[in-house]
Amino acid sequence: MRRAGLALGLAFLWAPVILLVAYAFSADRIPFQWGGFSLRWFRALAENERLLEAALLSLRIAAGAATLATLLGGLAGWALARFGPFRGRALFGVLVGSPLVLPEVVTGLSLLLLFVALQGAVGWPAGRGALTVLLAHTTIGMAYVAVVVQARLAEQGRLLEEAAADLGARPFTVFRTVTLPLIAPALLAGWLLAFTLSLDDLVVASFVSGPAGTTLPMYLFGQIRLGLTPEINALGAVILALAGSALALVGWVLRRAARRMG
Amino acid sequence: MRRLLLLAPPFLWLLAFVAAPVAILLAIALAEPAMGVPPFTPPLAWDGEGPRWRGTLLSFAILAEDRFYLDAFLRSLRVAFLSALLCLLLAYPMALGILRARPSRRLPLLLLVLLPFWTGFLLRIGAWIGLLRDEGWLNGVLRGLGLIEAPVPMLYTDLALYLGMVHSYLPFAVLPLYAALSRLDPALEEAAADLGARPAVAFLTVTLPLSFPGALAGFLLVFIPAAGEFVIPELLGPPEAQLVGRVLWTEFFQNRDWPLAAALAVALLALLVLPIRLFQRLEARP
Repeated sequence: MRRAGLALGLAFLWAPVILLVAYAFSADRIPFQWGGFSLRWFRALAENERLLEAALLSLRIAAGAATLATLLGGLAGWALARFGPFRGRALFGVLVGSPLVLPEVVTGLSLLLLFVALQGAVGWPAGRGALTVLLAHTTIGMAYVAVVVQARLAEQGRLLEEAAADLGARPFTVFRTVTLPLIAPALLAGWLLAFTLSLDDLVVASFVSGPAGTTLPMYLFGQIRLGLTPEINALGAVILALAGSALALVGWVLRRAARRMG
Repeated sequence: MRRLLLLAPPFLWLLAFVAAPVAILLAIALAEPAMGVPPFTPPLAWDGEGPRWRGTLLSFAILAEDRFYLDAFLRSLRVAFLSALLCLLLAYPMALGILRARPSRRLPLLLLVLLPFWTGFLLRIGAWIGLLRDEGWLNGVLRGLGLIEAPVPMLYTDLALYLGMVHSYLPFAVLPLYAALSRLDPALEEAAADLGARPAVAFLTVTLPLSFPGALAGFLLVFIPAAGEFVIPELLGPPEAQLVGRVLWTEFFQNRDWPLAAALAVALLALLVLPIRLFQRLEARP
C-alpha cells in the first residue's frame, strides 16, 4: 500500500521526463510524435547559436552567483549560528530569510525598481543585463546557503571549536582547521543549490535583465510561446544526462572516500 | 571588531538587495503613473526648499474598486490552496514509502524524487504542453486505444494547470514531510501496536498527528510560492484564469503601469505575511 503510493508518485514525476527524453530521438517535426529513430534534433540543437549563447550566459551567471552566494551566505550562516547576540541580529535574521519566502514576482519587481533607482541616482549599474541578473541570483542563493550552513553548525554544537581554542589554537586557526571542514559539505550543497536555482530562474531574470542578457530560461520561454520543436526534447535529454553523470560522479567520489576512511 | 568585519559584507549586501528594494517597492506603489522613463512621478520629490510629498493611494484604490483584481487574488489563493493540498496528499505516502524502505535505498529514492528537477523547469512545462495539446501524445494514445474519437481539450484547462503545479512543487512537499517523519521515534507506533492498536489505528492516532508540523511546513512551502506563480498558469492554464502573478506581469510588462504592479506586489505580500510567519515559526522549532 505504502509502496504503491511511492511508486505512483515517482511514476507521475518521471513520466513526462522519460517521454521528453524518449522523443528526443524521433525524426518527426512535431514533438512527441514518433517518426523513426534520428539524431537530427541533437544536430539542430548543436547548430542553434542563440540557444547555445543563452546557455553559456546562464552557466556563467549561475557559476558566478553561486560562488558569491556561497561566500556571503556562508558568512551569514556562520554569524547566525556562532556570533551570539549582536546589534541588529533580529533584522539580520529576517533579511537572510526573506528571499526564501518572497514570491518570485515580488523579488523580481522590487530588485528591478532598485536597479532603476540606483541607475538614476548614482549611474550604477549602467543598464541591465548579465550583471543585474548576477546580483539578483546571488541575493536569492545566499539565503539558501545561509540556511544550510546555519543548520549544519547548529546540529554540530560548539564543542570541537571550544576544544581547539582551549588547546591554544588562535581564532583563525580554529576556523581553518575545525569550522571550515565542518561546514564544507554544507557549503558544497549550498553552492549546488544556488547554481541550480540560478540556472532554472525565469521570473526574476525576466524582470531584472535587459536586451543584452537573455538567459536560457528566458530564451526557452520565448520559444515555447512561439511553438514547440523537438529541440526542447533534445535539450532535456542533454541536461538530464549531464545531471545524471554529475550525480554518479559525486556518488562515486563519496563512496571511494568512505571506503578509504573505513 | 573582527566580527564586525566578517558581518559587514553579508549585512550590507542584504540591506542593499533585500531591504532597500522592498522599501522602494512600497514607495513606488504610492507613486503616480506618468508617461516617461521610468513611467511614474516619484512620491517624494525635492523642489528647492526641501522634500515634498506627492504620493497617492490611487493604485490601491484601483485594486480595491475593480472586481477584476479582487477576483485574481481570490483565484490565486484557491489555486495555491488546492495545489498545496494535492501535493500533500501525494507527498505523504511517498515520504512514508521512502522512510519504510531499507536504509540503503532511502538516499537513492530521495534522489529519484529530486532528479526530475534537474531537467529544468521550462523543459518540464514544455513536456506537459507536448503531452496535453489537442494533437499531443496523450490524445494520440487515447485515440489509438479507441477510447475517444475527437481530441479532448486538455491543455489550457484547470487540469493542465494543476498537473503542472503539482508536478513542479511536489518535491517541496516531500522533503519536509520526510524530514519530519524520520525524526519520529518508531518505538511510539510499536508501543501503540503492543497495546493492541491495529496498524491503521496506530498510524492514524500516533504517526499522523505527530507529523502534522512537517505536513504544515510542506503545505506552506508549496502554498507561498504558488500564490504568486506566473509561468505555469501562463503556459498551461486557461487563458481566462487571471492569477495575481500573471496580472502583475501584464500590468508591468504590457501596460507599463509600474505603480499598479508595485501595489499588486505589496498586496500579495500583505496577504502572505501570515502564512510566511507561520512557516518561519515552524522552521525555528528545535
